[in-house]
Amino acid sequence: MNESKKRSHIQALVIGGSAGAVGALMQLLPGLPGGFPLPVFIVIHLPPDDKGTLAGLLNSQCQMIVQEAEDKEPIRPGVISLAPANYHLLVERDFSFSLSQDDPVFYSRPSIDVLFESAADAYGSALAGVILTGASADGARGLQAVHRAGGRTFVQDPATAEVPTMPQAALAACPQAHVLPLSQLARTLCALALPTELHASLS
Amino acid sequence: MNIHTPQTEDIELDLLVEAIYRKYHYDFRDYSAASLKRRLLQAREHFHCQTFSALQERVMHDTDLLPKLLGYLTIQVSEMFRDPTFFRALREQVVPHLRTYPSLKVWVAGCSAGEELYSLAILFREEGLEERTMFYATDINTTALRKAEAGVYDLDRIALFTANHQKSGGKSSLSDYYTAAYGAAVFDKSLRKRTVFSDHTLASDAVFAEVHLVCCRNVLIYFNRELQDRAVGLFKDSLVRRGFLGLGAKESLHFSAHAADFAELNREERLYQKRA
Ligand SMILES: C[S@@+](CC[C@H](N)C(=O)[O-])C[C@H]1O[C@@H](n2cnc3c(N)ncnc32)[C@H](O)[C@@H]1O
Repeated sequence: MNESKKRSHIQALVIGGSAGAVGALMQLLPGLPGGFPLPVFIVIHLPPDDKGTLAGLLNSQCQMIVQEAEDKEPIRPGVISLAPANYHLLVERDFSFSLSQDDPVFYSRPSIDVLFESAADAYGSALAGVILTGASADGARGLQAVHRAGGRTFVQDPATAEVPTMPQAALAACPQAHVLPLSQLARTLCALALPTELHASLS
Repeated sequence: MNIHTPQTEDIELDLLVEAIYRKYHYDFRDYSAASLKRRLLQAREHFHCQTFSALQERVMHDTDLLPKLLGYLTIQVSEMFRDPTFFRALREQVVPHLRTYPSLKVWVAGCSAGEELYSLAILFREEGLEERTMFYATDINTTALRKAEAGVYDLDRIALFTANHQKSGGKSSLSDYYTAAYGAAVFDKSLRKRTVFSDHTLASDAVFAEVHLVCCRNVLIYFNRELQDRAVGLFKDSLVRRGFLGLGAKESLHFSAHAADFAELNREERLYQKRA
């Protein structure tokens, strides 16, 4: 890895999960402070007819703003945006969102791979990706894309995951990812969001 | 903020899209870049090309490839009475206004294989407006337009269409409008006798009629903001004063340059009315 990659600040965070992930998010996201400076993009597999109540529920539990992403909405730091049910969420290079009804990936729309790959394209090495509990291989390619772009990668420790399939698949595809129990993730992500010099002095 | 430096692949992708435009006049240059790239990657794999340059070479010299490539570049997901609550809102909030006009024109932009057009034709018949209405159904995908003109759908989609129609406040039975034969539902051709199907692109074509209602659903999300503005500008110019615009469930005028020219008639159902 070259020097410029190592020094770059993380500017956005992507999170993906499926079975058990609503509970994991309820534990993880309230741990992020109101002043968390990064935008956070999340894909959770939901049934296509889901009415979008998760964003409201999380918003009531979190210090950060939680919302459903809108098509062509400019990305805002400090806001957590969820993919709506039945639409892929993509990040554009002008740092806005796009939604699409392209084919499902691993039977899933939204797909974690679609979000992570587009975000890796837009943010390059300034992206951090997190794979949580789930019962699918979606997300493995996406996390690999984050790594290849020079970004930081994290996987929930399969031993602490409600369903280990997704974190295991992510680790198989991206063995370089840091494995962490859910309880330590929020602290690690906060450290990441700080300026590099500070971050370096912490670790 | 310059996080991204162009990679070879990005240059090749831009050149491929430019080449398709120069040679075939299909203009994908202002589509949402992230999903366009995904679809072109899938096409590249399907056509066994190692690079976008290789795909460009093929599409330049093998004209038979283009229709297949268009299948990748345009999303054809549709259903009749898709988002039934939209059609219910149309009945309840738009139809009463439309009744006050002696003659009506409706533009279905991005009609795909016609599911939306037939839904509207049925709704207008149920509401007693069909006889005074002209429909324009337009799309860039000529394969889809031919299907729309045929009005034949797989029988296994009909259960969904029927349920949607009921939820939309349907006043008749969907089975009144089609005959089932050999695993297909053939829709009554009287439904399209007042429809003009035509090849029209929102990317570069002009307004062609003055209309009272534009339905352009699940098309704009595939465009970038500039092209969305162009398309909505066409709708604005095409609509009569106080005419209506219906968008897809996840589309809005929220980030549009034309937002101020429309009033929100039903925010949830993405129904707008052009201001006087
Ligand atoms: C997902 S379908 C929507 C079908 C229908 N309106 C619905 O909501 O169910 C999108 C359609 O937009 C068409 N389309 C894409 N680009 C277009 C353009 N520049 N002008 C007109 N139609 C376009 C595609 O060919 C496709 O048929």
